[in-house]
Amino acid sequence: MADDGTDRRFLGGPAGWISILLPFGLFLWFAQHIPAVAGGAVLRWDVEWIPSLGVTLGILLDGLSLSFALLISGIGALVTLYSASYLGGHPHYVRFVCYLMAFMTGMLGLVLSDNLLALFVFWEVTTVSSYLLIGFNADEAKSRRNALQALVVTGTGGLAFLAGIVLIGTAAGTFSISAIEGSLADHALYLPIFWLVIAGAFSKSAQFPLHFWLPNAMAAPTPVSAYLHSATMVKGGVYLLARMNPSLGGTDLWFWTLAIAGGFTAVFASVLAIRQTDIKQVLAYTTLMALGTLVLFIGVGTDYALEAAMAFLLVHSFYKAALFLMIGVVDHGTGTRDATVLRGLGRAMPVTMLAAMLAAASMAGLPPLFGFVGKEFLYKAALGAPAMIWVTGCIFAASVLMFVAAGIAAWRPFTGPLAETPVEPHEGPWPMLAGPVLLSVLGLAFGLMPDWAEALVAPAATAVAGRPVEVDLYLFKEVNAAFVLSLVTFATGFVLYLLHGRLRSGLARFKPRFDPGWDRLMDGVAAGAAGLTGLIQTGRLRRYIFVTFLALGLSTAVAVWRAGLSPEIPPLDDLEVKHWSVLTFILAGALLTAFTNSRMTAVAALGVVGIGVALVFIIFGAPDVAITQLLVEVLQVVLVAVAMLKLPYLNHEYVKTVRGWDLLLAISIGAMTTVILLAVQAAPLDLELTAFFEEASAPLAFGRNIVNVILVDFRALDTFGEIAVVAVAALGAYALLKGVRRPSP
Amino acid sequence: MEFLVALMCGVMVAAAVYLMLARNVLRFLFGLILISNAANLLIFASGGLTPESPPLIEYGMDAPPEGVANALPQALVLTAIVIGFGLFAFALVLVYRAYQTMGTLDSDEMRLAEPEDRA
Repeated sequence: MADDGTDRRFLGGPAGWISILLPFGLFLWFAQHIPAVAGGAVLRWDVEWIPSLGVTLGILLDGLSLSFALLISGIGALVTLYSASYLGGHPHYVRFVCYLMAFMTGMLGLVLSDNLLALFVFWEVTTVSSYLLIGFNADEAKSRRNALQALVVTGTGGLAFLAGIVLIGTAAGTFSISAIEGSLADHALYLPIFWLVIAGAFSKSAQFPLHFWLPNAMAAPTPVSAYLHSATMVKGGVYLLARMNPSLGGTDLWFWTLAIAGGFTAVFASVLAIRQTDIKQVLAYTTLMALGTLVLFIGVGTDYALEAAMAFLLVHSFYKAALFLMIGVVDHGTGTRDATVLRGLGRAMPVTMLAAMLAAASMAGLPPLFGFVGKEFLYKAALGAPAMIWVTGCIFAASVLMFVAAGIAAWRPFTGPLAETPVEPHEGPWPMLAGPVLLSVLGLAFGLMPDWAEALVAPAATAVAGRPVEVDLYLFKEVNAAFVLSLVTFATGFVLYLLHGRLRSGLARFKPRFDPGWDRLMDGVAAGAAGLTGLIQTGRLRRYIFVTFLALGLSTAVAVWRAGLSPEIPPLDDLEVKHWSVLTFILAGALLTAFTNSRMTAVAALGVVGIGVALVFIIFGAPDVAITQLLVEVLQVVLVAVAMLKLPYLNHEYVKTVRGWDLLLAISIGAMTTVILLAVQAAPLDLELTAFFEEASAPLAFGRNIVNVILVDFRALDTFGEIAVVAVAALGAYALLKGVRRPSP
Repeated sequence: MEFLVALMCGVMVAAAVYLMLARNVLRFLFGLILISNAANLLIFASGGLTPESPPLIEYGMDAPPEGVANALPQALVLTAIVIGFGLFAFALVLVYRAYQTMGTLDSDEMRLAEPEDRA
């Protein structure tokens, strides 16, 4: 690959080797557990993660998680090998590998976690790494937009899922999947749990109407599309549904929701697949179809259906990853992915053609490939399903269109006369061919020896069903309804393939417009946020203060109302003249301060209030406090008076205008203060601390003024803090004043 | 007297809030002084009002006589008064400095951080 002039080290250098060897090693590690799991064992390891929250990093290895883990690590190894060649010379190759490894870790964690909270964390890891990978070509606005779309859709679904997890934890009393006993279908929280989990699963697995992000995610480099958006991540939602099937499945709601959404997605996506001219987009839509099929059959939930779903999961991962990698090779070798342009590549790219044909034959469901086995089982399960006509109809339509799509993606580009392409067609390097060839040959091998797949399909179906499921996969046994249906599928598919050019132009007029709607939604969110900001952030200080006081007033009012406080006016018979005069002082001072338009009057009135408060302290046995209060009051008045020499007069206009709402709020908060203080005074007083200070002052602290002793002895640290506050204020004031040397403007 | 003190606190808080909602930051400052006073009075009154017997211990005694004023809120209020004063002094300098820099005491016109055109 040195022909394009870039410096390419063997397999991308250390980053490449590590990223290839790590998944390969993991694959081997998982593979050694196949015999045990096939024998019905469920392996688990527990690590305390956050003991205080009861989060255990339990690893659960049963048929379902083992199947997924093998796919993730196995395809992961092939994809990283492929990337080492595909992106090995890219300046950000190392970053790419890091994202890919982060994703793989997240995905493995997702399928292996026994704890729902841990599962959620890994779920989000895959969402974020998917975002980073879709937006890998960050120079393009389209990449960024599509990455963000995928992040928002799957992230929002993830939040719904988190809420669902919390409810599951409430309903089942545990976050451990294996510890959820029986079905939650009869629980009062079943409905919210169901819809929240569905929202998470459907967004992740791109089920209609949340499907639109997945074809857009094809903005990612090809290995990412093959790995995340076909073989692994998008199956996260399917995994979740399969995993929750024993706890949430089995109800009519479950069946109809999954059957309708899954079936509709499958047919809708395969119709859209035919419409595309970009082969990568064709494959993207067929991925949607596969996801729809999986959801549909998990929803059906019979033994056959689950078995068929698990078999189809393997089938699809083999052929789809192979096809995606293949189209990357074609793109690389010819410079285009346009189905209307590519023809006759077979001679120039024989190995690619071999892989593509085998994989496409599996996708079309031709014998003797694994795809045929899978499709036979889908048909068999569909024919025995409840709502047989809907399920069979959906899967038949989807299979026919799959046949056509396989022809478009892998037959037509390689056969016929050689067409002109932007680059002279040439074969890809071996690291890029290894993946597609190996995967497509596996599809053939499993087709010829379906017994091999039983070792995974049987325990997987058992795990999904929550009861033992007997699995017998075979290539051909007898001529039955499913077999006949297959033959009809091939015939219909072949006819449609011949007509696909006209079909495509006919369908081109039918444009489901999800993306403009999405853009409008995003624009709306942005505009709404800007409007809200404009509304809240007016830039006017007094608005902020108003809102602050309003919030204070409302929350206090609610608290008062909920506590049922009703003010009782205590008897007023013991009042003397001095009490009334203090009251008069303070009320007059406060009101005068509030409404005068003279600064001097205001300062004087403030002084009156301060002295009034000092008088209250004197009357009620607090001479120390009163002395301090008087001292501070004098200082304040002096400071304000000095400052006023340099400050402008109050604006008479503004002072005279009575601000109605402000006044109302002020009076409400004042009234509430009175009510609360009355309630506090009516409540019994806890004097325990005071009693301690009274008893301990003289013997322990050798002081006779208890207030003084508290300040300088028992709570000396508080007093120290108080001194520090004053010192800091003085420093701050000094710093502020120091800058003022200019004459005022 | 409890009722009168509660009434005082209410009126002081009301006047303070009204002042703090004004456009002129000097009046905001007046509101700040007033609300500190109200808070001190409120804490003091919450500890119970006991007339004319400061919490002092006679010579030769180990404890004060029965029925002296509650010493704890007094200590708290003492601290609060001083801290309130520190706050006030700093705020006053801030107002002064703001006037020097911006040439106005009208908070609606102080828009350095959030300029008009952004809203």
